[in-house]
Amino acid sequence: MKNKMEIKNFSFTYKGAKAPSLNQISLPIQTNKVTAIIGPSGCGKSTLLRSMNRIHDLYPGNQYDGEILLQDKDGKHQNILAIKKENEFIRLRQKVGMVFQKPTPFPMSIVDNIAYGLRLTGLKNKRKLHEQVEKSLRDVALWEEVKDRLNDDARGLSGGQQQRLCIARVIALKPEVILFDEPTSALDPLSTLAIEEMISELKQNYTITVVTHNMQQASRISDYTAFMYLGDLIEFDDTETIFIRPSEKQTEDYITGRFG
Amino acid sequence: MRLVINKIALLLSSLTAILGLLFLGWILVTLILKGSTALTPYIFTHDLVNNGIRNLLWGQFVLAGLASVIGIPVGLLAGIYLQEYGNHTRYANFIRDLSDVMMSAPSIVIGTFIYAIIVIPAGHTNGWAGVAALFVMMLPIVVRTTDHMLGLVPTELREAGIAIGATKYHVIIHIILKAAKVGIMTGLILAFARIVGETAPLLYTSGSTIYMETDLSQTYPSMTVSIYNLATMPDEKLVALAWAAALILTLTVLALNLLGRFLIKDKKIKAYK
Ligand SMILES: Nc1ncnc2c1ncn2[C@@H]1O[C@H](COP(=O)(O)OP(=O)(O)O)[C@@H](O)[C@H]1O
Ligand SMILES: [Mg+2]
Repeated sequence: MKNKMEIKNFSFTYKGAKAPSLNQISLPIQTNKVTAIIGPSGCGKSTLLRSMNRIHDLYPGNQYDGEILLQDKDGKHQNILAIKKENEFIRLRQKVGMVFQKPTPFPMSIVDNIAYGLRLTGLKNKRKLHEQVEKSLRDVALWEEVKDRLNDDARGLSGGQQQRLCIARVIALKPEVILFDEPTSALDPLSTLAIEEMISELKQNYTITVVTHNMQQASRISDYTAFMYLGDLIEFDDTETIFIRPSEKQTEDYITGRFG
Repeated sequence: MRLVINKIALLLSSLTAILGLLFLGWILVTLILKGSTALTPYIFTHDLVNNGIRNLLWGQFVLAGLASVIGIPVGLLAGIYLQEYGNHTRYANFIRDLSDVMMSAPSIVIGTFIYAIIVIPAGHTNGWAGVAALFVMMLPIVVRTTDHMLGLVPTELREAGIAIGATKYHVIIHIILKAAKVGIMTGLILAFARIVGETAPLLYTSGSTIYMETDLSQTYPSMTVSIYNLATMPDEKLVALAWAAALILTLTVLALNLLGRFLIKDKKIKAYK
């Protein structure tokens, strides 16, 4: 397998729902690239993304079908849908990090927001913890802004800062894949720009998947784009092709804003 | 027309608010005037048998304190269960409804119930029965407040915790309870304030006594019950003592409530944006 993740014939039905929210999705997630998932609201973007770290399993009773493969560092792959044990779930989520739409700082200090996940991995050494915290904050360009108030409550930061903190919290765990679910839709244009630049930089070290309903954003930051509609994957290709010469009429209509 | 109705409604509600405040002020002023005459350091160092209220204060706080020591952990656990584990299940909703019914039950009914199941078998009023009655009063309040406050924590926060590799248990202990801490604390203070001033549940359970008591299997001193008894005594000195006790109790409850409000206000600052 040459891709970091591979979604194969994946279908998903929410508990109690009559129809599946995702139908037979097949999609490669290429290593060290940014893959964007676009499509109108309700088409299943979040549902697909949230399957990739099995966060759906917080709510029992949903139905999965198909395979989602995740490649290890040594080239082997694992079907993450087969995971059943708690410690395997934890390992999966440490490997596949997630950033949410609304910033979700934990009710702790700025330092602890990042150190919390590290401590869960068993890291206790204070100096090492601090090094990691500083490095992660530098990686998201937040260090200079917060270095004098590391022990303040993280909820006092601005929305854009909070979102960068949430990204720092994820990369501190050194994941292999980072999932973003509309990470800028709650932010102002300037903070949006900062996050977009950061995503473009992060792909050197991480494999990234971004859900967005903002097409300009997808075209700015992604290498590959998947267009979804009503639970189906309509088209997947490199971003340029999708935006300049899409092969499907539905994709073209959506891209050009002639939708509906 | 709508405007006129609006104005009338506003006027009426303002009037009733003023009326309420007037009565509250009247009660406070009366309490202070009548209560302060007997309010001397002496009463804090002597028991009722010697015209003091030391044993009453002790008894009231022991009864309410013990009820809290049992009621708070049980209520917290139940509230956590309802919101974090059983949410949306039929069983959880049944417990919620039951708590609401218990909360609105007249407190005298709770007193009578405890009288039937503890006092009658024991043969006499006793401290444990008082504790049990206050516990039964407090439990649903703690359960519902905890449930409600946890419900205010955004779902995304739980998911963010899970997404970082925490277990559900860790998320609850380290993240959710912390996020809801101020709200829950406020609820606990208000719940304590609610039971510390109760008379009806103690009337036939703990009873009250003029002596100091530390054995909870005996009739236990209770300030509220003694106020009730003293208020109708012919001896004016005793009536004055009852006023002083009432003043102290009111000030305590008022202070606890203000503390609760203050915490709520502080909470808003740190609320999630
Ligand atoms: N918890 C849920 N239970 C049942 N149906 C859901 C749930 N969440 C989302 N859905 C449904 O699944 C479909 C896809 O939703 P979602 O993945 O959130 O769309 P998107 O992120 O593209 O806007 C929608 O039709 C939505 O109504
Ligand atoms: Mg979505």
